[in-house]
Amino acid sequence: MKNVLLLVGKRSLASLVTIFVISIIIFIGVELLPGDVAETVLGQSATPETVQAFRQELKLDLPPHVRYGAWLKDLSHGDFGTSLANGRPVAELIGWRFANTLFLAGMAALIAVPLAIVLGMLAAFYRNTFFDKCISIVTLSFISFPEFFIAYILIALFAVQLNIFPSMATINESMGLGAKIYAVLLPALTLTCVVTAHMMRQTRAAIINVLSKAYIEMAEVKGVRRLRIIMLHAFPNSLSPVINVIALNLAYLVVGVVVVEVVFVYPGLGQLLVDSVAKRDIPVVQASGLIFASAYIFLNLMADVLSMLVNPRLRQSQQ
Amino acid sequence: MQGDNILKIENLFIEGYYEEQWNTIVDNVSLNLKRGEVLGLIGESGAGKSTIGLAAMGYARQGCRLASGSIKLEGQELMGADDETLRALRGAKIAYVAQSAAASFNPFHKIIRQYAESPVQHGIMGYEEAEREAIEIYRRLFLPDPEKIGFRYPHELSGGQLQRAMVAMAMACEPEIIVFDEPTTALDVTTQIEVLAAVKEITRKMNKAALYITHDLAVVAQVAHRIMVLKGGKLVEEGEARSLIKNPREKYTRDLLSVRTLREEKSLTEDMDTILRVKGVEASYTGKERVLEDINLTVKRGRTVAVVGESGSGKSTLAKVITGILPPLKGTISFFGNDLSADLASRDRDALRRLQMIYQMPDTALNPRQTVRTTIGRPLEFYFGIRGQEAEERIRGLLTKIKLDPDSYIDRMTTDLSGGEKQRICIARALAAEPDLIICDEVTSALDQLVGEGILTLLQDLQNEMNISYLFITHDLATVKAIADKIIIMLEGRIVEQGEKKQILAPPYHEYTDKLLASVPEMDTEWLDKLLAERASSYLETVPN
Repeated sequence: MKNVLLLVGKRSLASLVTIFVISIIIFIGVELLPGDVAETVLGQSATPETVQAFRQELKLDLPPHVRYGAWLKDLSHGDFGTSLANGRPVAELIGWRFANTLFLAGMAALIAVPLAIVLGMLAAFYRNTFFDKCISIVTLSFISFPEFFIAYILIALFAVQLNIFPSMATINESMGLGAKIYAVLLPALTLTCVVTAHMMRQTRAAIINVLSKAYIEMAEVKGVRRLRIIMLHAFPNSLSPVINVIALNLAYLVVGVVVVEVVFVYPGLGQLLVDSVAKRDIPVVQASGLIFASAYIFLNLMADVLSMLVNPRLRQSQQ
Repeated sequence: MQGDNILKIENLFIEGYYEEQWNTIVDNVSLNLKRGEVLGLIGESGAGKSTIGLAAMGYARQGCRLASGSIKLEGQELMGADDETLRALRGAKIAYVAQSAAASFNPFHKIIRQYAESPVQHGIMGYEEAEREAIEIYRRLFLPDPEKIGFRYPHELSGGQLQRAMVAMAMACEPEIIVFDEPTTALDVTTQIEVLAAVKEITRKMNKAALYITHDLAVVAQVAHRIMVLKGGKLVEEGEARSLIKNPREKYTRDLLSVRTLREEKSLTEDMDTILRVKGVEASYTGKERVLEDINLTVKRGRTVAVVGESGSGKSTLAKVITGILPPLKGTISFFGNDLSADLASRDRDALRRLQMIYQMPDTALNPRQTVRTTIGRPLEFYFGIRGQEAEERIRGLLTKIKLDPDSYIDRMTTDLSGGEKQRICIARALAAEPDLIICDEVTSALDQLVGEGILTLLQDLQNEMNISYLFITHDLATVKAIADKIIIMLEGRIVEQGEKKQILAPPYHEYTDKLLASVPEMDTEWLDKLLAERASSYLETVPN
């Protein structure tokens, strides 16, 4: 356990540095955005003087490095600043929506990860058969379509034709868990279609890779059933690459749901980000970017820790 | 104690798929195994002995198929039997002990869980009962701390312990037959004894029938009643163990049996050039624990110094220190009287050139994407700036030196070569640098006996011709006897004894040298029994815990 904690410590420090660098990149990126928040907010009829005054009020007239310094200082106190568009604190704006994004991503992961692993195992078990090829073709077809296309197909099918799911995934805080799950099922299915293929292919490849090992042959000559060999001998030893791919896909689920959120008018962070970019609401854009980056880094860190924990050799090494 | 035929293989043909067609790899082999009998299958790699061993379980590796013939286990035909029938027999009636226990234990599961899997899956007993039996059999096979050892993961056991744990695992369902597939090949001579003792325990005391597969006649002489010699998938000869070893009929068997004496004695005199001098070297990987302590040695021009020891004795670390891969904590390494810089990066190109290395695994030491020409041409270009036509001629010259035909080998990919050919290419690559000293790290241990002898003979000829010195690292005392002028014996990072061969290998022996020498199997079929009896008292004292 000691070495796992050490790894977590080391990686957390590195993550802080990474987040710092990302904050610079985000800041520069936002600086490069064309347009001006003052003009956008005040509209086209505003006089140059009003715009100038508003710019001063928002401290937009200060040089960039001063503004970056101030932003970073506030951030270190946990203060994300206030929205330029409506004056509300960014943290308040983001908090609820980020929870929604995590809820949707979590739902998708809950369906996609077990599905991908089971399909991957089955594909490895029946490798090079008709069944294996079918799984590959179907999952790869899904990944080949753009998300919005799958989303609209699902809406057309389940919302319009069959009328069993709502076409808009509107949720609010007063809804119960069951109602929420019902509301996000279609977007979650869309995301599942998008991420399953990658994880399933990796699971299949990792298992097949392990199947050539001597201890698999040993299990076979011990008279162990093939399905058991796949599940208990091959799969545990192929966890490491599988975990990494799952982490990448979970990260994608968190940060990559923008399109799906827009299609289903889901009140998530992606939706907010798109709106804020359109409104030139810089503090919200910056904060969202930073949250996405942190989620990505956190998930990758978790993948490394888990890979270590599932490997008896790494788990127990003294160093 | 011996009775009816329990395994009967008749006219077995096995085919392997390579070069885009099915090729016969086991050619019309028949064998009988009686209850309680141990049959030794011996031959070099490619002889088909492992394939036959697995076929006895109705099992064919990926890319192989049992083509025709009959395999009867207790009268039941395994050829063409369905998967479920075969599965029910495997592990239960006939069990398998593989060559590398380290690779054959699943790293994810504890030893005892892997032991229990077979009896539980075959419905013979419950998990708790299997656990109790495992502890009992661990004790019988002299595993240290039998109560607890099973609850460790494979990586926490030594090679010899793992191999014994695997022998124990094969016994889990009390099978009628055990197939031992080179169970001691990967082990040191001293560890090999522990495993051989376990094999004896099972075959003699528990009266199990076994197929014992090995390439080492001296080992098989200790355990087998009868021996079959195989070559290229065909039976060469078969006979009762003792008479086959005393009076082999076929030349191939005699070759395998021949004692290796490759060279005349060379003198070592004080006035000869000392080319390498290692003085007071200490080394460590962690900075704390010493892997090498107080190492002093010299190598003279045109002579061979053999460094002998078990795995973990620090002999390969010594090579790393001399080549500069691991800078020593203390001490100096001088080459032709000049001190070499401790680390590789700050050595000049000439120092690098004069000290070359040949490795244990020619497979991993050669770039699989390069041709023979590129592999040998690279040092020519790197050290001497030779390319084009001149390089071509040199490469051909080197290939001739290592006795490979330049025309047919120069354009081959290194992956297309056999193990022995690959090792020859490694030698040519080292020779291309025109070195004064070559460090040979277990260069023959991954090769078959006869192939390995070919390599040793080649190295010998090259030394006589070019006056190169060798620092020869090995755990194989037979190799040492064959080629060394001077012997250095290492144990736990220290040199316990060093001197000229005739002095080291003649009584009075140093205590540890004596143990090493006594552990080398002899052709005498009674050797193991005598040795075990001799050690019986002290053995049991040293093993527990």
